[in-house]
Amino acid sequence: MDDLIKAALEGDRRSLARTLSALENRTTNLEHILGLMGEPKPKPDHWQSLAITGAPGVGKSCLLDGLLTVWAESGLRVALLAVDPSSPRTGGALLGDRVRMTVVDHPKLKENVYLRSIATRKASGSVPLIVADMTEFLLALGWDRILIETVGAGQAEVRCAAIADRILVVEGPARGDGVQAEKAGLLELADAVIVNKCDLPGAERHADELRESYGLGLGTPPPVMLTSALNGTGIHAAADMLLGLDASGRSERARWRERLLAHHERLILESPKLDEMLERLAAGSMTLDDVIKSIGAEKSE
Amino acid sequence: MDEPLRVVVAKPGLDGHDRGAKVVARALRDAGHEVIYTGLRRSAQQIVEAVRDEDARFLGLSSLSGAHSHLFPKVCELLRVEGLNDVIVFGGGIIPEDDREALYQCKIRAIFGPGTPTSEILEFIQTSNAMDDAGVGQSSDWHWP
Repeated sequence: MDDLIKAALEGDRRSLARTLSALENRTTNLEHILGLMGEPKPKPDHWQSLAITGAPGVGKSCLLDGLLTVWAESGLRVALLAVDPSSPRTGGALLGDRVRMTVVDHPKLKENVYLRSIATRKASGSVPLIVADMTEFLLALGWDRILIETVGAGQAEVRCAAIADRILVVEGPARGDGVQAEKAGLLELADAVIVNKCDLPGAERHADELRESYGLGLGTPPPVMLTSALNGTGIHAAADMLLGLDASGRSERARWRERLLAHHERLILESPKLDEMLERLAAGSMTLDDVIKSIGAEKSE
Repeated sequence: MDEPLRVVVAKPGLDGHDRGAKVVARALRDAGHEVIYTGLRRSAQQIVEAVRDEDARFLGLSSLSGAHSHLFPKVCELLRVEGLNDVIVFGGGIIPEDDREALYQCKIRAIFGPGTPTSEILEFIQTSNAMDDAGVGQSSDWHWP
């Protein structure tokens, strides 16, 4: 394992991929890896991880392909962790994000881009928390920016706030009337919004509705931009805007709430007693209260 | 619980027929594995890089274009050049009986034609995963069945 991490440090892509698997399978942990990697680099002023989220089918993958191409051309080394759902029934997954990615096959740019498909496995929500550890590892290896593409997410899916420095919400045209933009949830936590598919009717109107809605709230509204990943419209402007994106600062408490919930969930999911407890719950020999107390006690032992 | 196996399912060359690849991908998914589908018309180099970056244990190649005798060995050779010796490779599609021996020689461990029950593919995955020398750069001369 230690040889693997050393080879990854020297730039070997296979060792990088294997170390990510070891993290994902919990056969190693981030603390151990970072211990082998020497002094941590100082945190830069700009963001290092960006979550890209939005409803299924709004064009997240295509938009990312465009953004990655622009950034890789400018010499940035960017890794993308693309999350797709695992079947709750069988645990299997079909990971299809490579299909739309052309930049990973570009002969001149592929060295600057790393794409890894990740299944949610046991985690609830649109991003498994282990992705936070994978992000730290990639940053320690010297990748400049880490993008995290979530599972296609609904209005209330804000778990990505727990793991990324910034959140980009991708919307499509004609996503309901103006009241949709007023609803609480994901859009409140966005540091930037991109309305993709602006080649279709309704995109500009939707962007206006979003701007108007943000204008009614407190604090600095996040930028709302239009792109068409299909035609390449607005991609360069969006890439420039995103690189220097500041935190909206409107939802610090909400972000900490998500982090707290995500860490609590991880304690439960990674507890060695989980399977036994589920058995006992199903058999009726333990109550939910007992289980919560027991897992809490394990943490403090 | 065992961790899911990671399998890349790829379509090398100029071939637009992916129903078979999708059926296999779905069967593997439903058996609890994580399947990474590359999409159509990939070069050997692109497929090998996907296997490397995704840390896949298995690579399934599908071809219905007749170019399998050229493309499959090229992928196997590149896997070995990249040092991905323990990746287990299997193939499927329209592969005439007469062409198969040469592909087994390249350490492709199984060829599945039309009509193969998906349960047979899953059985192959289990059997070969339990072996420690079935990789594309490893010593065994074994092939399925």
